[in-house]
Amino acid sequence: MTEKLNVTIAVTGLNNTDNPGPGIPVIRGILESDKINARIIGLAYENQEPGIYLSDLVDKTYMIPYPSVGKEAYMNRILQIHKKDPIDLIIPNLDAELFTFMTSENVLKQNNIHTFLPTVKQFEERQKGNLQEYGEKYNIKVPKSISITSYTDIPRIDSEFDYPVLVKGKFYDAYIAYNPDQVVNHFNKISAKWGLPVIIQEFIRGTEVNVIALGDGEGETIAAVPMRKQYITDKGKAWSGVTLGDENLLNITNRLMRESKWKGGMELEMIKTVDNEYFLIEINPRIPAWVYLAVGAGQNIPEALVLLGMGQNVFPMKEYAVGKMFIRYSYDLIGDISDFEKISITGEL
Amino acid sequence: MKLKKNIAVSESGFVFDPNSGESYSLNPTGREILNLLSEGKTGEDIKGLLMDKYDVNPSTFNLYFDDFVQMLRHYNLIESEE
Repeated sequence: MTEKLNVTIAVTGLNNTDNPGPGIPVIRGILESDKINARIIGLAYENQEPGIYLSDLVDKTYMIPYPSVGKEAYMNRILQIHKKDPIDLIIPNLDAELFTFMTSENVLKQNNIHTFLPTVKQFEERQKGNLQEYGEKYNIKVPKSISITSYTDIPRIDSEFDYPVLVKGKFYDAYIAYNPDQVVNHFNKISAKWGLPVIIQEFIRGTEVNVIALGDGEGETIAAVPMRKQYITDKGKAWSGVTLGDENLLNITNRLMRESKWKGGMELEMIKTVDNEYFLIEINPRIPAWVYLAVGAGQNIPEALVLLGMGQNVFPMKEYAVGKMFIRYSYDLIGDISDFEKISITGEL
Repeated sequence: MKLKKNIAVSESGFVFDPNSGESYSLNPTGREILNLLSEGKTGEDIKGLLMDKYDVNPSTFNLYFDDFVQMLRHYNLIESEE
């Protein structure tokens, strides 16, 4: 039997709330691995992220500032933590922090901190505002979309789209608008929260289907599991889902991986129309929060990402169980105010 | 009329379409029809078998049978018409 890889892994996205980050399911996958012996460091932005208090999953948590403080200050905090509590690998799980980590890869590498992230070029070309060009480049159907930065762009929608349209934030949030007034309303809400641009996208009727995938950066699909959400919360998040045996989705994923040489985890969000056409509506450049379904279906994506990040070879996983379901649940953790005090005052727990 | 491949019909009458992720519940008659379809029986075979087996008025049976087949087609569970 081969020896387990001893590794200290820092993970963000511990916000296992009604809009869950992927951190906790990523950690569960890693801890279930029979190839990895992991010590988990949680990196939290808010002192009430549930993962901080899940001591059977997270060994130690440190507070970190939001990426908006600037790359230097952000990385200084990461390296300060690293100095005190050495990190072998970081898995960033939130869209808004990815750019900072990707552009700090060299600094991290110099400090012996590994990552397994897409390149800036890969990250940028799949941005929502660039989806049109992405579709053309990789020969995949995408809904028409434009980026708008002010009210003066809104009249353009009338001439270029049929209502309803989707109004999307650059990182998160999507609302349907049936008229220009609703676009204004959503534009205000989204731009205040996520900044500009705001994306206007053609509304494609059909069923949303998703694929979680992991690319090795050389064109190989290491893992891919398609899923359909069965129950969606009022925040638009999956509360339950089931794995699909849709070969078309796997073929699309493999082709995108091969041609884009995607490195790292990703989620493809697609709409399947009644005519069996597939439209790519979004690529999330990181592991999604439903990753544990893939683990349960037989593809431990977090484990594979850790091994790849640590420079090990991973064979592509081709099999998974179709018809595996996940259902989220809420659970009241009981803690002591002294833990809350500690994380609030000292920034660690 | 052919049941699409990979469509799973359990003994309890639960149908799962792995391609779409949709699931359905059948009553015992629906289950019997789907089982016969998965055995490769044609629509006419199934009609004959069920009318022999049950005491049912043919015109009423045909009405319900056609309605059921229409539903299977609507939910994309059968390949194509005979």
